[in-house]
Amino acid sequence: MREKLAIALAAAGGALLVYNLYQMFLVLPDEAMQGAIYRILFFHAPAAIVGMVGYFVALTFSVLYLSSKDLRWDSLAASIVEVSLVFSLINICTGSIWARIIWGIWWTWDYRLTSALVCVLIFAGYLMLRRAIDEPTQRGRLSAALCIFGCVDVVIVWKSIEWFRNQHPGPVLSIRTGGGHMDPAMERIFWLNGLALLLIAIALVLIRTRQEATTREIDSLRRLAHAV
Amino acid sequence: MKPLYQAFSVARKDLAVEFRTKESLNAAAAFSVAILLLFSFAFDPFSDTIHELAGGLLWLTFAFAGALVFNRGFSRELPNECLDTLLASPLEPSSLLIGKAIGVFFLLLIVEVISLCVFGIFYGMRWWLHPGELALTCGLTTWGIAIVGSVFGALTVNLRLRELMLPVIIYPLLIPLLIGAIETTNTLLIEQPFTGYEWLWAKVLLVFDIVFTSLAVALAETILVN
Repeated sequence: MREKLAIALAAAGGALLVYNLYQMFLVLPDEAMQGAIYRILFFHAPAAIVGMVGYFVALTFSVLYLSSKDLRWDSLAASIVEVSLVFSLINICTGSIWARIIWGIWWTWDYRLTSALVCVLIFAGYLMLRRAIDEPTQRGRLSAALCIFGCVDVVIVWKSIEWFRNQHPGPVLSIRTGGGHMDPAMERIFWLNGLALLLIAIALVLIRTRQEATTREIDSLRRLAHAV
Repeated sequence: MKPLYQAFSVARKDLAVEFRTKESLNAAAAFSVAILLLFSFAFDPFSDTIHELAGGLLWLTFAFAGALVFNRGFSRELPNECLDTLLASPLEPSSLLIGKAIGVFFLLLIVEVISLCVFGIFYGMRWWLHPGELALTCGLTTWGIAIVGSVFGALTVNLRLRELMLPVIIYPLLIPLLIGAIETTNTLLIEQPFTGYEWLWAKVLLVFDIVFTSLAVALAETILVN
């Protein structure tokens, strides 16, 4: 059932992505100031949103694990962090390409960029930590605590463009500005691409959670074999 | 007041043990002085640009020296199962955690005072011109380092790869705090008082401390008892 759902979500995400790519490259015109490179925004910002939403969902499952001690919540949190980290890396890489074209540099030590990089380092540390601990309950407890503390930085990443003066562009989406900063046709494709990435992310989480469950089963069988 | 009293009792015990053995205090102070000495070979200590780098040099030194101090905080309790005894006592887990952090805080402050004296001599810095602002920056930042260090020191106390994992986990979490400390300290080291920009960073340091201390108190039982 889970495999079929993952395949269905990935297929729906893929189909939507193809439609979005057609709209982006063949229907929407170039942006007046930035030219063709503005299209990277359709991947850059939705990847950031999917990543950040993922970290908060992982935070919820981490709290659930700490309150219930059910290892399934821990596996789910770890799977979500892993997928979110991939989307955060997509966000940083696409942003860097955009910056090279528009600003002439790959990177600047702006608060938004710095906090996003810190966020990646924290959650990369989370995954390294999980690999370093063999005992499942200790691994779950430690990684849940790190996820809770790490999510403070996710809030900083999210709000940094409002709190500090940045080189990074300010909010342009109508849900944050009330409209007038982005053409509605472009914003529509922006959200559709966000949905496509979200569907793919959920499919990846489902696949990853299945792998985690299999790993747990193998671990428990190995322990049983050692005990016998 | 009882949890606070318990926390100060734990801190008093830790400081008494530390002042008797001086294990981590000597190591952290020596490490800080050595790092400041090494920096003098990397940069010209009397050039104008050093004032722009000074805050960064100091806080990187304090953050790395901090690892030597908070690493010992909980691992000191492992021999003779002292940690289990402390947890079995009527002590609140949050008091134990906060008490450990208070101990680390005072030890780090001592290391900072020693390092600042050395820094003033080696680099010709007049860091004492705005003592109130400097004390505020050092107090807020050191508490942030102490509380995060104590939380993750407690969590990783039984970990096999503890020495490897602790820096990987802690330093990214401390970056917002260290950025704030560096921004404010740089201003003080060019002998200027705080303006609105530095006060904003001081508020960031305060918010960081409040958020992380609240999380530490809320999760203390999970961190220690399990």
